[in-house]
Amino acid sequence: MKPAYVTAAAAGLLSCPACALVSRPPAATTGIESPTARCPRCGAGVHARKPDSIARTWAFLLAAFVLYIPANVLPIMDTSSLFDAQQDTILSGVIYLWKSGSWGTALIVFIASVVTPLAKLLALTALLLSVHWKSAWRPHVRAQLYRAVSLVGRWSMLDIFVVTVLVALVQLQSVAVITAGPGAFAFGAVVVLTMLAAFSFDPRLIWDAAEATDD
Amino acid sequence: MLAARRMDNCRTRSLQRDAQTSIPKRNNAMPEAPLIACPECDLLQVETPLPPRRTACCRRCGVALYRSSSDSLDRALAFALAAVVLLVIANSLPIAGLEVTGQHTETTLWGAVQALYDQDRVAVAGLVFATTLFAPAVELALMLYMLVPLRLGRVPRHLSLAFRLAPLAHEWGLVDVFMLGVVVSLIKLGNLATVVPGIALWSFGVLILLLTAVGASFDAREFWLRAAANRAALDRAAGGTRERALEPAT
Repeated sequence: MKPAYVTAAAAGLLSCPACALVSRPPAATTGIESPTARCPRCGAGVHARKPDSIARTWAFLLAAFVLYIPANVLPIMDTSSLFDAQQDTILSGVIYLWKSGSWGTALIVFIASVVTPLAKLLALTALLLSVHWKSAWRPHVRAQLYRAVSLVGRWSMLDIFVVTVLVALVQLQSVAVITAGPGAFAFGAVVVLTMLAAFSFDPRLIWDAAEATDD
Repeated sequence: MLAARRMDNCRTRSLQRDAQTSIPKRNNAMPEAPLIACPECDLLQVETPLPPRRTACCRRCGVALYRSSSDSLDRALAFALAAVVLLVIANSLPIAGLEVTGQHTETTLWGAVQALYDQDRVAVAGLVFATTLFAPAVELALMLYMLVPLRLGRVPRHLSLAFRLAPLAHEWGLVDVFMLGVVVSLIKLGNLATVVPGIALWSFGVLILLLTAVGASFDAREFWLRAAANRAALDRAAGGTRERALEPAT
């Protein structure tokens, strides 16, 4: 059964990404190499689909994959005390929390800093591939996956803020000093890049592909 | 601000039944109610009037489309004003202090950014500054810039630019994540030293609630209706000489 769903794009209409007004683009802007149509109400650029969504998302995603390695291998934090110097990566920070008995905290940090970034990278890759292959597989599930990715992504920044606070507080010259390591930059970059990738992906492409195979 | 409303509890059965848009009929060139296109799946639907405190959801993918609220802008303004006060308090007082063998350190958010900067982690310092201080400040400034004049019956200049920037500032404001980061780091330090949570920590907690409330109450439809109403009133007052196109182009 094919439901009588009509998209705005199919009806020749554009919806504004900022104020949601549905408008009919002027004829001069409907060609391929034409100026961007502007929303008649708020003036934002309106497109049937986000421009170059797939290429942009791939670019951010691949950059994030590359930086994911130094983000996890390089230390994000150096602790030097009277007795020893210690370098912590993301994972060793979690292990330290776990060993010191803060299991709940260890779990939160593990989910936010280890599971979430990797799950995000894999989920966005899967979404891009599914759109690329014009898959009609369960658009509802994929739409929810996208929503989850855009909602959860920000929480990966957790470890950056933990390091920030530790660096600021632990400046006890005679006892211990904590400094941020090179991994912090790579990790922050991974989080920002995956957030940008999620913003550039256009979830309407999921439904376009599902529709196209119905016809 | 649709992004901020993604988690609305609109997938429950009762809400969906109460608040469903309808599919525009083919061959019906001019529907009576305005059209709305789902931001996530692009489905065209006809807006339905909602009973109070309901959310309309997309028929196909279930995302929240719009809500019924008449005082949404006033509430957003009130929350934004309160949030400004909390933002100032949260940033002028120390977040936490640490006591080890007679030594005492404490830091504000700005102090933490400076500590990173002094260690030549300029990019990380910039990232922390942008997401915890700059973005929330910009979001609140834009809200006040838009909502105060609208409340007073005026229309601020560059209204549409401010309107388009505000969601961007909202997306990149990570005060809630920062708050969790502070808590985790204090737990980490708690094993080694005496940790003294500062007043700013509580202020940040309240600030998070207020920022969420601003984003949740701000309603884009209400906003443009108010702007159009104010413009029409101003034009009438000016003798109706100026004409502005604010009508949908459908």
